[in-house]
Amino acid sequence: MSDIRLSGITKRYARNAAPAVDDVSLTVRDGEFFVLLGPSGCGKTTLLRTIAGLEQADAGTVHLGEREVTSLPPRRRDIAMVFQGYAVFPHLTVAENIGFGLAMRKAPKREIAEAVEYAAGLVRLDDVLDRYPSALSGGQRQRVAVARAVAVRPSVLLMDEPLSNLDALLRLSFRSDLKALAKELNTTIVYVTHDQVEALSLGDRVAVMRSGEIVQCGRPMEVYDRPVTRFVGGFLGTPPMNLLPVRRAEGGWSVAGQPFTVPPGIADRVTDEVWAGIRAENIEPSTTEVPDALPGRIRLVEPLGSQLLVSATVGGGTAGEENVKLLTPTDFPAGDDAPVWLRVPPERVRWFDPASERALDGADRAGAAVSSG
Amino acid sequence: MTARRVLGYGGAVLLAGWILVPIWFVVVGAFSTADAIYGYPLAAWPDWSLESMRFFVTSAGVPEALLSSVIVAVLTGVLTLLLAAPAGYALARFVFPGANAYRLTVLSTRAFPVVVLSIPLAVFFLQWGIYDSVWGVALMHTALALPFVVLMVSAVFAGVPVDLEEAAQVFGCSRSGAFRRAVVPNAAPGLAAAATFAVLLSYNEVFAASILTLQHPTLPVFVLTGLTQAPLPFRYAGALFLLAPAFLFILLIRRRLLGVGGGPTLR
Repeated sequence: MSDIRLSGITKRYARNAAPAVDDVSLTVRDGEFFVLLGPSGCGKTTLLRTIAGLEQADAGTVHLGEREVTSLPPRRRDIAMVFQGYAVFPHLTVAENIGFGLAMRKAPKREIAEAVEYAAGLVRLDDVLDRYPSALSGGQRQRVAVARAVAVRPSVLLMDEPLSNLDALLRLSFRSDLKALAKELNTTIVYVTHDQVEALSLGDRVAVMRSGEIVQCGRPMEVYDRPVTRFVGGFLGTPPMNLLPVRRAEGGWSVAGQPFTVPPGIADRVTDEVWAGIRAENIEPSTTEVPDALPGRIRLVEPLGSQLLVSATVGGGTAGEENVKLLTPTDFPAGDDAPVWLRVPPERVRWFDPASERALDGADRAGAAVSSG
Repeated sequence: MTARRVLGYGGAVLLAGWILVPIWFVVVGAFSTADAIYGYPLAAWPDWSLESMRFFVTSAGVPEALLSSVIVAVLTGVLTLLLAAPAGYALARFVFPGANAYRLTVLSTRAFPVVVLSIPLAVFFLQWGIYDSVWGVALMHTALALPFVVLMVSAVFAGVPVDLEEAAQVFGCSRSGAFRRAVVPNAAPGLAAAATFAVLLSYNEVFAASILTLQHPTLPVFVLTGLTQAPLPFRYAGALFLLAPAFLFILLIRRRLLGVGGGPTLR
């Protein structure tokens, strides 16, 4: 086990291209399950590969525990990695695959056998140890890849989108397995994914990346509830956070012509417009008129099983329309084109400055959040 | 059946016949008695006598020529693979300036006629003392085989996922160790196919070999030089000896030649 300290990591793949990773500094605590989350091309995999040593950073340093490993090859870093495409050796049996790392370290045969047995047991591969990967299902290959990484008892375990090639059901069950496994191993894990649900459910902390930079880093619910930029609010959550432009009008603020309360602390900091970020589950709908609610109309109802996903529009006419998505209990009497009143608890609104797209909340700017980690 | 299909199949049958009919007569000749060969008309079905074959392999010079041919072919296969593997690997794995130009250059060496290469080479080989030896011919054959084999080998390596190499590096291998332990085992069938190609090319090559040898010809050269004086059974059996390995090997490695590792080159 050891912590990971990245300092000023920059990586460009071509001399004149925009950097894939742009001056990223980051500390992953000892024993932490740390998730790098972002859309494809945001630099999360490059950052992971820099920690692994498969990629050399153009600038910056990598420390694993007390050791500086910036220019060490992967095999000298005491790490293990689970690859996106599994990268299970097709010419070796499952047992040989799992024992590969220890065999390369010239560990005694007995020790290898014990480690293989332990790692295979963790991921329930005991009964296929003699098979070749070609005789395994995708999910089993994936578990071979995890077992191979676990068997060397690395101080840092790196995972590059390990679930992305599995079908939905397997992904769900494997996600729980992975979380239990992480608890059991108690090793430092860096996990790369573009799936926000994975990130929220697995991570002790989540770092959201965009264009080679870390936008926000914090505990999952903190990142979910208090996104520091519009991008984070939109990237996390299904459906993404609603963003309603609130404009200054005569006698107050309004959304699509409908009055909307903007607290004084926020109103003081913007000129004519501010964005209200509201999570779909935080909107309280009503089929009868209630005070301080936005009147709207239901356009579409999508039953999700445990909830209804309702698309509604607010306003209309000259002031324009705004689309809103909300989640309601399944017994909500939602009919197409029915009128609806949407109440938004003021404390549930996340305010964004339209110019900078940053949250209007000085306390947790991205920089502060990253360095506090 | 549409007219298009009739034309297509008809063409295929014609093409196959054009290749197979002469070969069949070689087989018939090689497995008939001398009397049957000199008789008229030549039977379409051989009487499966080994007389002609026995006559061929015991003729003066044939065992020696066959041995040189085999040695030259094996040397060519080994040399070609040793040289082509690093070149093919570089082409498959690395993006470097001029990679495409390099690819073309590799092929363009075949733009020089063999005769243009062979005569100056004969002069050099005389100076270096390897003229009329298996080494001289093997070097020449290696040069002839390399362009194709480099491209084949690069397709083979491109078919081995980079992931495997990286995984090997993460789990304790150096770069070269990762190549040895993760790439070679998975590329082996394709590499064997590529080497076989070089071996066959060498075994059947006659022109360069005839310029670069004198007392110690390879089998094709020996058969060719004796062609005008040799009796018919000798010619038939010799032809079969030259044809057979190519046919057998191509049959065995056919799938690998066509779709080497899913690579783009030889489709």
